Amino acid sequence: MTVRIEKLPPDRERRLLAAYAGAVASTRRRTLAVFVAIVALYLLAGWMAEVRPLTFLDNIQNFTAYLGQILPVLTLANLPADVAAWYWGLPKWLGLLAETLLMAYLGTLFGGIAAFLLCFLASANLVRSAALRFCARRFLEVCRTVPEVVFALIFVIAFGLGPMVGVLAIAIHTAGALGKLFSEVVENIDMKPVEGLTGTGADFVQTVRFAVVPQVLSNFASYALLRFEINVRGAGVMGFVGAGGIGQEFLVAIRNFYYSDVSAILLLIILTVVAIDLGTERLRHHLLGREAHA
Amino acid sequence: MSRRPPSALRRAALADLDGLRQRHPQVFRPSWPRRAAVVGTLAVFVGLAAFAMVRLDFSLLRILHGLYRLGEFAGMMLPPSAGGRLGLFATALGETLAIAFLGTLTAACLAFPAAFLAARNVVPNPFLRFGVRRGFDVIRSVDVLIWALIWINVVGLGPFAGALAIACSDFGALGKLFSEAIETADRKAQEGVIASGGGRLHRVRFGLVPAVLPVLASQVLYFFESNTRSATIIGIVGAGGIGQYLTELIRVLEMQQVAFLVLMILAAVALIDLVSGRLRRAIIGGAAH
Repeated sequence: MTVRIEKLPPDRERRLLAAYAGAVASTRRRTLAVFVAIVALYLLAGWMAEVRPLTFLDNIQNFTAYLGQILPVLTLANLPADVAAWYWGLPKWLGLLAETLLMAYLGTLFGGIAAFLLCFLASANLVRSAALRFCARRFLEVCRTVPEVVFALIFVIAFGLGPMVGVLAIAIHTAGALGKLFSEVVENIDMKPVEGLTGTGADFVQTVRFAVVPQVLSNFASYALLRFEINVRGAGVMGFVGAGGIGQEFLVAIRNFYYSDVSAILLLIILTVVAIDLGTERLRHHLLGREAHA
Repeated sequence: MSRRPPSALRRAALADLDGLRQRHPQVFRPSWPRRAAVVGTLAVFVGLAAFAMVRLDFSLLRILHGLYRLGEFAGMMLPPSAGGRLGLFATALGETLAIAFLGTLTAACLAFPAAFLAARNVVPNPFLRFGVRRGFDVIRSVDVLIWALIWINVVGLGPFAGALAIACSDFGALGKLFSEAIETADRKAQEGVIASGGGRLHRVRFGLVPAVLPVLASQVLYFFESNTRSATIIGIVGAGGIGQYLTELIRVLEMQQVAFLVLMILAAVALIDLVSGRLRRAIIGGAAH
């Protein structure tokens, strides 16, 4: 089947083409302006951050050489012994890794509880008092803007070295980050159950317990799992400032050029994080899927 | 939402509670399996928490003592003061922002082409896709501080190593997010391009890229916000920015200057959040029209 396309009269066609060209040219000009602005900012930032492309090119073989150095010598003939030598400190590292995971767990738990208690106060649809809401929101904001390592640095001096400090630092940061996400979830709930409960004379706690919590719990759990995954990564570096976990051991290995240890610990961390990633992703899909069916 | 006098409905319901119980037994019957599940889950959580607290040497005495000292620190922080080093701190803050900007943009530029390789609707080959995805996962699972330590070995101490570290860790995260955004893009525009005789490359360029670009741009802005926070800490391992001063000053307990630095960081982050929030809304709004 052939379709004949009617041609437009030539002068009309010319006019339309000119309008099209004009529109395209103005978009192009705007894109170009944005592009130039970004490139200018990029160069400025490069100058401020002391980027030295030549050093980088000179030293890039250092990177590959470094990777080559940290990789262990594994020979096929003697593989079990080589792996055993590579992972000579496995029991100790596994212990530290377990400590790291426990830190992440406790930090997420405590932070999650704090976020749970605070998020209802920061939600515009539940709290009428603007002052209370403002205070709750600013508090959460400070908790999440100050990086957890900074909290850890201060806490290490106050509480002394050890994993407890890491847990507290993670908990505070988690409270801030989760509190914001939780309160966003709460602000998006269906308000009818809340109105129903308010109508029967329920007080704030009763309203939250029976009208809000059943609606938000699966979302909360999903966000908490996501945060746990992030906190595992965060707990891994808490040791850099003396706040427990496997980070301390890793820092010592890097600073003292114990090359094969660096790769061994790094591989352990990567495997753990990827495993936790995959596990929590499954759980989260399960949680959110169940909510979608309900 | 303060306590109000119970309504007439509630009064009537309370008065007739026994009758209600009799007429609707299924509402009042406790569901034992559900209760057991709830109590069991809670017990697991609490048990694990208790084990963790013992294992990690939690002690009430240390916490109380630490809180007391924290209170002292809070007193020492007042009033925040730059101690005559405002210029130095401002430069360091600028350096921090530069690190975040460089790192995010570099990561975005590198992740953009790589993400197409990990998207199901662009690359049908499952092995290539799987490989690229796992690559993103591995890169992402290494914390930015660890990347900073590695890059310091290559380019030396300073902000350049920090920018590279942020670029690396974000490359993995952005690659994953980008590829997800590409996979969920609307198919109609792409089918239109194919139907009018376009090739595979045309499909990607004219059907896919315009559809996903606003989403990607907004994700990049979001990462820039979060990277301003990360960039403040990579100075702890010597990779430039304001973190270097922060670490030093905390170690020597110059709490007034620490407070000043933290306030500077908070202000800078709030400003960046504001600007990028506006930009994000403008970009997403532009896409909606």
